[in-house]
Amino acid sequence: MFKVIEKTALNPYMTKMVVEAPLIAKKAKPGQFIIFRVDEYGERVPLTIADHDAEKGTVTIIFQKVGYSTKLLDTLNEGDYLLDFVGPLGAPSELEGYKKAAVIGGGAGCAIAYPQAKALHDMGTSVDMIAGFRNTDLIILEKEMSEVSDNFYLMTDDGSNGNKGFVTTALEQNIKNGADYDLVIAIGPVPMMRAVSELTRPYGIKTIVSMNPIMIDGTGMCGGCRLTVGGKIKFACVDGPDFDGHEVDYNELMKRSITYRNNEQTARERNCRLIRNAEVN
Amino acid sequence: MANMISNKTAMPEQAPDVRRRNFDEVATGYTEEMAIQEAARCLNCKNRPCVSGCPVNIAIPDFIAHMAKGEFEEAYSVITKTSSLPAVCGRVCPQETQCEAKCVRGIKGESVGIGRLERFAADYHLKNDTANITKPESNGHKVAVIGSGPSGLTCAGSLAKLGYSVTVFEAFHTAGGVLMYGIPEFRLPKAIVQKEIEGLKKLGVEIKTNMVMGKVMSVDELFDDGYEAVFIGTGAGLPNFMGMEGEGLNGVYSANEFLTRINLMKAYKDEYDTPIIHPKNVAVVGGGNVAMDASRSALRLGAENVYLVYRRSEEEMPARNEEIHHAKEEGVEFRLLTNPVRVIGDENGKVIGLECVEMELGEPDASGRRSPVAKEDSNFVLDVDAVIIAIGNAPNPLVRSTTKGLEANKKGCIIADENTMATTKEGVYAGGDAVTGAATVIKAMGAGRKAAESIDEYIRNKNN
Repeated sequence: MFKVIEKTALNPYMTKMVVEAPLIAKKAKPGQFIIFRVDEYGERVPLTIADHDAEKGTVTIIFQKVGYSTKLLDTLNEGDYLLDFVGPLGAPSELEGYKKAAVIGGGAGCAIAYPQAKALHDMGTSVDMIAGFRNTDLIILEKEMSEVSDNFYLMTDDGSNGNKGFVTTALEQNIKNGADYDLVIAIGPVPMMRAVSELTRPYGIKTIVSMNPIMIDGTGMCGGCRLTVGGKIKFACVDGPDFDGHEVDYNELMKRSITYRNNEQTARERNCRLIRNAEVN
Repeated sequence: MANMISNKTAMPEQAPDVRRRNFDEVATGYTEEMAIQEAARCLNCKNRPCVSGCPVNIAIPDFIAHMAKGEFEEAYSVITKTSSLPAVCGRVCPQETQCEAKCVRGIKGESVGIGRLERFAADYHLKNDTANITKPESNGHKVAVIGSGPSGLTCAGSLAKLGYSVTVFEAFHTAGGVLMYGIPEFRLPKAIVQKEIEGLKKLGVEIKTNMVMGKVMSVDELFDDGYEAVFIGTGAGLPNFMGMEGEGLNGVYSANEFLTRINLMKAYKDEYDTPIIHPKNVAVVGGGNVAMDASRSALRLGAENVYLVYRRSEEEMPARNEEIHHAKEEGVEFRLLTNPVRVIGDENGKVIGLECVEMELGEPDASGRRSPVAKEDSNFVLDVDAVIIAIGNAPNPLVRSTTKGLEANKKGCIIADENTMATTKEGVYAGGDAVTGAATVIKAMGAGRKAAESIDEYIRNKNN
């Protein structure tokens, strides 16, 4: 059992949770993920590690209440326990040896882009952080992201923060203005990662994207997380989650990600466990 | 007086048209009378060929002699001297190619139903639990076992009986490995597996779940923690795919994923959140036990048509005879000498068909089986909404890739001495699918047992 030490609502849709998991905290590196299961009947769901503290023995996850299982996770409060919490899974990001990087986060992806920016910043890499949200109410980690970047660009789709545009708008401007990036990291919705990769492709800038597909075991057994990279089958759980953004087959990825959309709707309509849990709480 | 009826006492089973729509166990097991009657078919012959056919060398005629007298608990004791999971083996061992293949009664009729008798003795014990398991006296030495599948559990059980303090590390949330995630409920009830594991715990075996070794802890760190030897039984890994067009479409599963969703994650039960596609028409690619399990599971999820697509003929199928027989009885349609060439999808990326080509058998290949060759212009399409690929897997890479000094072959299988199961790293032993690639439960158990003997010898020598 894994205790929830701290729970904070970052905005109406996103929650930050600090979980007691000393063994994972000792080993976690940027880019790695955990798999959680709330209770005996729950799904196994992967989430990238947003932060960890080896001394306190804690692992931080940030999640968007988007599907059934993340909503169920959000019913837990400080002092409650998750049944299963396993990791650190996946290969750590390779961040050494870069001079200037653009780290791009889209929405919930900022939770994962932030530790990457921090790691690069700590190693002395010059970091431009570009974060995009649908509107100003959804902004998270603004202070944190700005602290670990040399230049920080905060974009909103609707311009409600006074800076209208997509992350690609800012990235393109910087590249055209001569920002000499030797690394671009893009983490967020698949269409955003694809758009960033398409933008950097003609410039030949190395672009890393982080995958979070459907998984079960997360240890290279089930094959559910497979995607096509450079024409070959790869498994996000052991070969990734980071991949070369210019090689990923995004069409296939997007179609695979909605495999269980119908099931998800059924679960939501049924909703019995969420309601039951809500009544208990 | 031996029972000279030439056929095995029939195993009571659920009728095919009933069981194809439920997940309850297919074979319901012998009654006491049936067990005694079948045990009496054993001639108790002098040279005991059956024992040499058993990978863990169970004293088969001895346990059967007890059964013939109705001494079921005594029979169980004989079995557990060398086998750690008899209720499992009695159900899933390929007896027809092992102990029963060597049975003298098999020359003129059917062999003695050794597997069925083993199952009865084990079930009798689990049901009556007459013997109290006592924890052996500790010898003060610690051993770590990575993976709680058949090889790991056997190794752990064997060492615990010798007084070792054994910790088993399991990556999943439940112990049992392939016995839990792979083999379906209707062939091996999960309650039985858990009871066997409870038995090991009573021997003092400690099981730690949610521990992905190689990630959360390395093999070297286990030695630092005071473990004197490590057994690696990490089992099956990355599933193989055909490498054909369309394998990324929605509705294409590896058998590992399909079966894990059903068996471990209980997608077939309403109260569980695990999603799964409930396909109407399914093609399962492969001819092994896993392909049979996937086909029969698809029927139980409500599929109307299940096609088993296999590129050779039935003779070459690696599945147990009983599984093939059961699958056919339940209505799985065998498309033999047929090879898939492409999965066809609709505009939303969902599977709508599997294009196949007819095959004919040519010259024998390296495995001695006649290799299939495609017939020209024989392509046709099976209308299916799901395709399950059951053509084996490579060993799990996590421990191998994070342990210095642990060597593997080109296929990624850990190199281990076949007699001692010692790897290229001192104090580290390995067995099961992690070493052999996909094989059987009982072979993995045999390896686990051998490794336990070697580990015992290694630790005793080291401390002398």
